[in-house]
Amino acid sequence: MPRIVVDVMPKPEILDPQGKAIVGALPRLGFTAFSQVRQGKRFELTVEGEVTEEILAQARTAAETLLSNPVIEDVVNVEVVAD
Amino acid sequence: MSATELPLIGDYSTPNTELSGARIGVVTFPGTLDDRDAARAIRVAGAEAVSLWHADADLQNVDAVIIPGGFSYGDYLRAGAIARFAPMMGNIIDAANSDAKLPVLGICNGFQILTESHLLPGSMVKNDHLKFLCRDQVLRVENNTTAWTNQYGLGEEITIVLKNQDGQYVADEKTLDALEAEGRVAFSYVGWNPNGSRRNIAGITNAAGNVVGLMPHPEHAVEAGFGPDHTGTDGLGFFTSVLTHLVGGQK
Repeated sequence: MPRIVVDVMPKPEILDPQGKAIVGALPRLGFTAFSQVRQGKRFELTVEGEVTEEILAQARTAAETLLSNPVIEDVVNVEVVAD
Repeated sequence: MSATELPLIGDYSTPNTELSGARIGVVTFPGTLDDRDAARAIRVAGAEAVSLWHADADLQNVDAVIIPGGFSYGDYLRAGAIARFAPMMGNIIDAANSDAKLPVLGICNGFQILTESHLLPGSMVKNDHLKFLCRDQVLRVENNTTAWTNQYGLGEEITIVLKNQDGQYVADEKTLDALEAEGRVAFSYVGWNPNGSRRNIAGITNAAGNVVGLMPHPEHAVEAGFGPDHTGTDGLGFFTSVLTHLVGGQK
């Protein structure tokens, strides 16, 4: 069944405390090449049947209203993934 | 039943609805923790607490509403994000924005729900130090003209409990400038910023002064013996303020 993937990231100007904690842990494990980490969210919306334009539009609206908060987050990607 | 007695389970609404006193609703979502403390605080202040269930749409003619703390819907997705779409919230949003300007107080998770509802600007993210924090917190009253703060002195310092993990108030610079310029910062943190909140903001109000949200918990500081330092009753002013507001005695 096809899925619609929605990726949400904290806005660049919002301090991402989770990313900050992760970037602090990386060098302790020997991963020294990474200067910054930002942690986002990936949603997978499974669709029964075909993904029509109307269903994709619903996913975009859901992404902007429920899945993300525009004050602190950006929807950076909405795409269909076929299995 | 005396003012401070509440059943541990079941409905705590005062059975006698013919009382002439103010009726203040307390909303319960799945995962709400502090609804009974809020109801108790309302009773200590001398009003009637009315239990409002998130899935109902009937506001039961309450005179004001408190959205208490907790972890509504487990705080999954974002704190307050799912609660915002409950049927009860739709009614509260309409009533708060209506000409009647229903007084609404959001405490902790309730504050997060109010920002998700766009009744208040900005949002809350994880504390800058990433830890859950529970402490007695000193706040300064920055606006004592709202429905929920009129019994405090301007600049008065109060100590109430702060307990949260997602308590860092954030908004863009333009919004923060406007909040400060318009006197809409209701409370600020004193002494130490416990969570990285922008400009030490602990609580804010809407322009009309009927909607107030804050992260710390006034409902836990209404009785000597239970509040901060085991003596504090600094939170009681929130509840007496809204009663004063409702009888038209606002400063």
